[in-house]
Parts: sequence; C-alpha cells; structure tokens
Amino acid sequence: MMDWAALSVSLRLAVLTCLILLPIGIWAGRSLAYARHRGRGFFEALVALPLVLPPTVLGFYLLMAFSRDAPFGSLWVSVFGSGLNFTFTGILLASLAANVPFAIQPIQRAFENVPANLREAAWCSGLSIWQTLWRIELPLVWPGVLSAFALTFAHTLGEFGVVLMVGGSIDAETQTLAIAIYDRMQAFDEAAAALMSAVLLGISFITIGVVYGLAGRRRRVHG
Amino acid sequence: MANLSLRVAQVAPIPLQAAFECQSGELLALVGPSGSGKTTLLRAIAGLYQPAEGVIHCDNQCWFDAQRKHSLTPQQRRVGIVFQDYALFPHLTARENIAIPLRHLPRPAQALRAEEWLARVNLAGLGGRFPHQLSGGQRQRVALARALAREPQVLLLDEPFSAVDQVTRRRLQRELVLLRQQIDIPIVLVTHDLTEAAALADTLCVLHNGKTLQSGPPDALFRRPASPEVARLLDRHNLFRATLRHYQGRYCLGWGRFLLNVSAEEQTRLAGYQVGDKLAWYLPPPDIVLHRRERPSNGERENPIPAMVSEVVALGGMTSVALRVAHGEVLRFEIGTHAARRNHLAPGAMVTVSLLASGIHVMGPPDELSSSPGVYEH
Repeated sequence: MMDWAALSVSLRLAVLTCLILLPIGIWAGRSLAYARHRGRGFFEALVALPLVLPPTVLGFYLLMAFSRDAPFGSLWVSVFGSGLNFTFTGILLASLAANVPFAIQPIQRAFENVPANLREAAWCSGLSIWQTLWRIELPLVWPGVLSAFALTFAHTLGEFGVVLMVGGSIDAETQTLAIAIYDRMQAFDEAAAALMSAVLLGISFITIGVVYGLAGRRRRVHG
Repeated sequence: MANLSLRVAQVAPIPLQAAFECQSGELLALVGPSGSGKTTLLRAIAGLYQPAEGVIHCDNQCWFDAQRKHSLTPQQRRVGIVFQDYALFPHLTARENIAIPLRHLPRPAQALRAEEWLARVNLAGLGGRFPHQLSGGQRQRVALARALAREPQVLLLDEPFSAVDQVTRRRLQRELVLLRQQIDIPIVLVTHDLTEAAALADTLCVLHNGKTLQSGPPDALFRRPASPEVARLLDRHNLFRATLRHYQGRYCLGWGRFLLNVSAEEQTRLAGYQVGDKLAWYLPPPDIVLHRRERPSNGERENPIPAMVSEVVALGGMTSVALRVAHGEVLRFEIGTHAARRNHLAPGAMVTVSLLASGIHVMGPPDELSSSPGVYEH
C-alpha cells in the first residue's frame, strides 16, 4: 500500500532543495562561467565532487559534520537549539550538498553560451548589471535553469544513500519514498514496493517531460 | 575642444599608444591590420575596456582618466555601438531590441519611438520579427537603430559591414552616408577595408600594433603617407629607396641611373638631409604618366623614365600595369583599358613614363624593411 507520508517527505524535500539551490545555482553558475581566474578549475572540481563520490561517502562525512561534537554540528545546535542528524532539516542540507552539481553545471553551461558582447550591448544600451541579468541573461539561460530544476528535482526524489546515512528512516520525518520502497522490499511487501516505484517513476518522468518540453518550446520560439 | 578626444597608452596585455580627436558630425575611420588594436580603442571609448594610462573626453566631460582613477561605466557614457556581429538580443523582437535603450520613456512612448527608428532605418513593418528571422542587412539596421535610440554622444561602428554580401554592403554604406546628414555626433568606424574607409570617412587614422601612426583626410594620407610603414599599411605600391643628390643647385633623388626632380615643397624638406643620405620615397599611381606613342603631351620632360611592361591585367574598365625599370624596380599604375589598348601595352613592350615631380613624396630614411631593393614591390 502507498506510503503517503513518505511521498510527502520526498516531495517537500525535492521542492525545498530546488527552491534553495536554484538561486545559488544561478549565482554560482554565472560566476563560474565568467570567471577568468586560476581558481576556476578548483571550484569546478569542488562542484563536480558529489557526482563522483559514492553517496555513502558523502553521507558519512555529512553525518560526521552534523554531529554535536563537530564544529558545524555544535554551531548549528547553539544557533537553532536542535541537532541535524536524523531530522528533516538534516536530510535537506544533505540533499542540497548532493545536488550541487545538478543545480550548477547546466546553468554554468548556459551562461557560457551567452556571447559576452550581448552583455556589453546591454550595458551600452543603459541596462545596469541587474537589469542585464533579468532582461537579457536569464531569458537566454532559461533552458539551462529548467534543466537544472528537472535534474535536481528528479535526483532528490531518487536520492537514497546520502539521505539514509544522515536521516535514517524515521516515519514522516526522514523516510523518503525511495527509502520506503527499500523498507517494503526488506519486509517482502512486493506489491507496495511496486506501487510506490511506479509512482516515483511517474512523477520523475512527468517532471522531466514537462520541463524539457518547456525548454524545447522556448528554443523553437527564439531560434 | 574636440567632441571626442582620446589619448591612451599601455605596455601590456595589448600594447597601446594611441591618440586621436573626432569632431561632431565627423566620421573617423580607424584602419589597420587585424590585431592592431582598433576594436580595443573602440571598447575603451565605450567603457568596456580600461587602458593602463590615458584620458578620454567627450563633450567636455571626462569619461576616463587613468591618473585620477576615474572611469564612467558604459551605462553612464551614452555611447551607441554597433558590434561586428551586431549583438542583437535573440529573445527579443526587432522592436523590443530598439526599445531597450528607451526604457526611460513611458511604455507607449517606447513603442512609438521604436517604430520611428524602425522606419528611419527602412524596417517599417518588421518590428515583430526576431533577429533570426531577419537578413544580415536587416539585422545591421536594427543594431544601428538600437545604437541611435540611445541618443548617444558618440556613435561607434565595429566593422559594421563585414558580415553582409557586397550588394547589401553598398546599400548599407549609402544609408550610413544619408543617416550621417541627420546626426551631429562624432562617429568612429573600425574597418580593415581601405576602400570603405576612404569612401566613408572624413579622417583616416592608421593604427599598427596599438599605435596611431598618422591621421588625416583619406586623400592626404594616400598621397602623402608619413612613413614607409603607413604606406604599406595603406596598401600603397610604388615605394622606393633613393639617394639624395645635389645637381645644378637643386636637390634631386638618385634612383638607379636616373636623377628625379622633386617639387619646391619637397626641396625645402630635403634641405634637412645630407647629400648621399638614403631616403624612402613614394609616388601615387596617378602621378605616373604614360607617354603616348603617336602624340607627345605636356609633362613629357618631367622625369622621363624608359621601362619595360612586365604585367598588364585588365579588370573591367581599368587596366593595372606594371613596368620594370632598368635597375629592377617595378612601377605600378592603372589606366583606362581603352588607353592600354590604344598604346599597345603588352608584356615585353618598351614604354616611357613621366614621374610627375609634384607627386614624388619623400618620407625620410628607409625603415629596416626597405634595406634591399625591390622589397616594396607588391
């Protein structure tokens, strides 16, 4: 049978991850795309790291960092009053870390494809840097932002290792749909696992389909 | 004071040592080979590039002063710029592109003004099209309209005709000449096309390795290049070396076995050199006069030189002729194809030409490129 609480945790996690990560992705992607300094390679490698790291390794380091003995964990407790491990906030932070490459890389590629002289033409037409970002650059990198959204959203829905390491599997708090499916299979409840797998597949496919459809239509309109 | 004046210098990353002025209504063409710094100077005027040293003034306003660390942003400078590839915003229609610099107006006025600009550049009715739906020439017009809609204090054109075909180029050039009559601001054109520069510009400014070598009206530059380097950059033929001689109380140029008379004006300049000095000199092709076989004409007594025709190339109505003189140097000039036929010009034929004294222009000591005879031949 369907675990609605797990679906709700998964969707909340995916939406919040996208909402927080996309503005950061736009800023970081733009900065990296226009960066001319030597540190660019280092930052690009840092961004790509979660792609190559096994999720359990990332989860392990986050678990360590979130512990009350670690500097970050203790700072968090002193500011917010509660810990991060095995909480929704904890898996949200873990999900943000794991999705950094999906949110930044497509947007960085999109910014790299905007010719520099379009920005310069905008400045010479009197547009400030912010107006140029809003009126010229963002409309042009929109397909990249949509791609980043689709990848981040779908990847968060499917996230397993990192979330399990940091959040465990607490009902209605840290148990996502992907973990619930694993739990059901462990309990030999194949029917529930099949239903939830189908739901996850459907949501992921529809999200990616809608987003790619939108990006494609935009490309057709603007050539 | 000039409406636009620029004086910039730097050693690296792009060497610059440039200065020029451009008055309202004047069109100044920056010419020079690729990589000579033409576009960098344009970008410096627009505020897109800051040289290490120098000042840029426009309309008595200081736009850039390296010493005072003062530099207005591109937004503050009111510059209209047409980029080489036009840099139209691909997601905006032609009308919206032109309306971008008009944002200070209320919305209905923006649309109205954009339509006016479309009409002025002969694009009425095409405002709703996106850049990819326009031809190269139409895109260039949108870019020009967008630049002018800014009501700029200076108009900058970076190779604006390089991306269109020959027919469109002619039409756009004609439109620019007509448009110039309506706008009274300095216009700086960057081009590597000398014919285009000569046809459109009031002033040519020759640039090489970031250095402005000579500025002046195109005619003056083509007839009186300041140095062999300028002459070469302006694609001039007939650059030679001679030795300064003094003969019958006058200075003249020893060129092979010939002694060439020069104008009174050049006489005065030559007084600054020593007899025996090596000098580089130039003769504009129109100052080479072919002697007619059947009928002597005026000027035949002026520096007559026998030579052998080495090349005759008819290009439509004009024929390009190369003559080899006894000491191996080659004179080049053009005559009407009918005149070439009438004079039976063919390779191997012997002819006599006069090198008009008024055309002979002495540029000073030869540079390193002119150390061996014949290197000025093209």
